[in-house]
Amino acid sequence: MTRLQLNGVLALTGLAAILAGLMAGSAPLSLADTLAGLIGAGPDGARLIVLEIRLPRVLAAFLTGAALGASGALLQGLLRNPLADPGVLGVSAMAALGAVIAIWFGLSALSAFAVPVMAIAFAGLAAAVLAGLAATRLSVVQLILAGVGLSSFAGALSALAMNLAPTPFTLSDLVNWLMGSVANRSFADLALAAPFWIAGAVIAVFALPGLRALTLGEETAASLGADITRTRLCAIIASALLTGGAVAVAGIIGFVGIVAPHLVRPLVRHDPGDLVLPSALAAGALLALADLALRLAPFPQELKLGVAAALVGAPAFIWIAARSRSIGR
Amino acid sequence: MSAGALIHASVTLGGRCVLEEVSLSVSPGELVALAGPNGAGKSTVLRALAGLAPLSAGEAQLGGTDVKTLSPTQRGRKAAWLAQERASAWSIRVKDLAALGRFAWSGAPYERLAEADRAIVDDALARAGAAALADRPLDALSGGEQARAHLARALAARAPLLAVDEPAAALDLRHQYEAMAVLRAEADLGRSVIAALHDLDAVMLWADRVIVLDQGRVAADAAPRAALNAELLAQVFGVRRRSAGGYEPV
Repeated sequence: MTRLQLNGVLALTGLAAILAGLMAGSAPLSLADTLAGLIGAGPDGARLIVLEIRLPRVLAAFLTGAALGASGALLQGLLRNPLADPGVLGVSAMAALGAVIAIWFGLSALSAFAVPVMAIAFAGLAAAVLAGLAATRLSVVQLILAGVGLSSFAGALSALAMNLAPTPFTLSDLVNWLMGSVANRSFADLALAAPFWIAGAVIAVFALPGLRALTLGEETAASLGADITRTRLCAIIASALLTGGAVAVAGIIGFVGIVAPHLVRPLVRHDPGDLVLPSALAAGALLALADLALRLAPFPQELKLGVAAALVGAPAFIWIAARSRSIGR
Repeated sequence: MSAGALIHASVTLGGRCVLEEVSLSVSPGELVALAGPNGAGKSTVLRALAGLAPLSAGEAQLGGTDVKTLSPTQRGRKAAWLAQERASAWSIRVKDLAALGRFAWSGAPYERLAEADRAIVDDALARAGAAALADRPLDALSGGEQARAHLARALAARAPLLAVDEPAAALDLRHQYEAMAVLRAEADLGRSVIAALHDLDAVMLWADRVIVLDQGRVAADAAPRAALNAELLAQVFGVRRRSAGGYEPV
């Protein structure tokens, strides 16, 4: 399968997942009504359900998944480790901390945009710290450890905020945020994340050839003529922008950034440069389908997407870790 | 003009002086062996030549130009470096590994290289004896096969300078011979080859010249038979030749 065919198949799968997400739900719609609703025609009820309720949510699931999948593939290539994901460098945890601060101090009551803006600002802060570290001659292991430290610190502060939550409502808001979900998202939420996602995607392109060279280790990659500093900066900044946008839209959703690249890797002949786009498409489709499954599941209370992702993703993570031969290199 | 040279080059790692005022050069058509006991600085010399080790003093030149003034791409075109540790994080195919040798010209995997680059990669695979392995993933190969795949990558650069760290390490006798024959052929094609070698018999057999390092300094720089005399063997390596063959401690 060529690169074009693979990306084509995955893109079509993603489109099918999105379409299924628009049709299915408590009020099932026919394909004709759904398509008519999409272009603003058809019966009023169907149009309202498709455009106002389901489309933002389905797109939020797909784009959040795509951003996390691309981010995971970038970090795995950079760190030469199949277990890296946006969580490893602490970007997700920092973004979530930003959201927690916005909720705790009541900023979210002042403006609906406080939570996303703070999430993206803190992801940017994490990126700035990591980019600063990456510009020095820090080894990959040191960089990972710095990320683990950052992640733990942000997690501790988030826990502290919950510990000292002023009201039960604040606590409930925080818990809701940290569990991760795309329920009730609007186009406004997506529009706020869009510039960060677009910038991240553009910057990521510049890291791709360098990731291929990094297969042979940093020193050999440098000897081949790869610009290691630039590759690191591009991969880290792109990953931070993509992850920051994703956390702003959906809170913390783990493991999709590990699982999607793992599934796709054999199909791109283990090429870390070719891995990023198919990982994004696969992760988008995965999350869109997962959210659809949650909407249809017969639970009295809807399962949170982040919780479901962790329930499936964590065992997959352990399985990948047990089978991996290149950890610690 | 030499393809690679160090001029009074010093390298300090973690406060320890690993190379001290080392001057050497490698000319086109020459296979130079780099010998010396463990920790003498052989690998550091190769890194410095490839522009990978920051110098605390002196200069490293590729094709007569200070490596510090070269862009990464220019550096990659002037020197190919094969590390002692031949690691690959991902199980890519042998021909994609060899294609990375063209990175300074094109960062694409094998299938998306320009035809001319692909022909160079095919040629490198053939010369390294890895043509039959081209479509196999790296983790399906034996240690010797992997070594040939990495050697093909270094040859695919067709760089004026080829710096190889322990080309024969972990290879059986036949593959040791073949690896050295490949380096000899590269030199005979007009490239400058410098290889760190532990096997002094291989140095005698294959090299035009040997540079002996001892504690970060050049102890000898001459034709192998002249350089590796009894006095130097005792002084630098702490051994003497046995009449029955091989070496024994003095």
